[in-house]
Amino acid sequence: MSYLLAFLIGGALCLVAQIVMDLTRATPAVILAGSVMLGAIAAGFGIYEPFARIAGAGATVPLPGFGFSLVSGLIKELPKEGWVALFSGAFKATGAGIKAALIFGLLASFVTRARA
Amino acid sequence: MEPKEYRQRVKRLEKPRPIVRNAFWAFVVGGTICLIGQLVQSGLMAIGYNQETVKAPTSIIMVFLGAVGTAFGFYDRIAKLGGMGANLPITGFSNAVVAPAMEFKQEGPIMGTGARIFQVAGPVIAYGLLAAFAVGIVRYAIMGFKP
Repeated sequence: MSYLLAFLIGGALCLVAQIVMDLTRATPAVILAGSVMLGAIAAGFGIYEPFARIAGAGATVPLPGFGFSLVSGLIKELPKEGWVALFSGAFKATGAGIKAALIFGLLASFVTRARA
Repeated sequence: MEPKEYRQRVKRLEKPRPIVRNAFWAFVVGGTICLIGQLVQSGLMAIGYNQETVKAPTSIIMVFLGAVGTAFGFYDRIAKLGGMGANLPITGFSNAVVAPAMEFKQEGPIMGTGARIFQVAGPVIAYGLLAAFAVGIVRYAIMGFKP
C-alpha cells in the first residue's frame, strides 16, 4: 500500500509541476526553486508533515519535501538554540543530501573525460 | 523590432507543447522514482533505521542513484521523456549538480566544475533557505522570541 501511495502521490506532484511549467513556460530552475519554497511554506503551516505520513517517499523524494526538511530541521532546533537556529537549523536535516550531491558531482567530474 | 512584437513573433513560431502527453510521462516517471525511494526507505527500515534516522540515508542513496544515472548518461534520456517527473525528485536535484560538474570540466576544476556545480542547485538552495528563514521567524515570534 505504501508503495502505491508513493507512486501515485509522487507522480501527481511531478504531473502538477510539469503542467505548471508547460502553461507558464517557466524554466525548470524556476519551477524547482518555487516548489522548494512552496514545500517550506506548507511545512510552516503544519500541512506537510501529515501529508508525508500518508505519502511516504511520494512526499519526501520530490523537491517540495526538500523544503519541508529545511523547515522541520529549523523548527526542531528552535527551542534548543533560539535565534541561532534560524541560521543553522535548516541544514541539519538537508545537509546530507546536499553534500552527497556535491561529492558525487565532483567525483564524477574527476573520473569522466572532458567533453569538447 | 519592438520587444513586444518580438515576443509575439516568438510565440507564433513556438511549437505548441503536448501538455497532456508531457503530464502523463511526468506522472509515470516521477511516480516510479518515488516508488524506488519508498523501496530504499523500507529496505533501510527493515535493517534497523527508524522513521527519523531513515531520512538522511534515503536521500544519500537516491542522490547516489541520480549521480550514477547522470554519469552514465541515461538520466538525461529519462529526463527528456519524463520532464518534471525526472527533475522534481531528489535524483533530479542530483542530476542538476552532477551534469554541469561534468560538462564544465573543460573550463577547469575551480571556475568550471567548482562554480557551475551550483548552477541549478544554488538558486534552489538559496530560495529554499530564504523561505525556511521566513517560516522560522514566524515560528520564533509565536514562541515569543524565546529562548
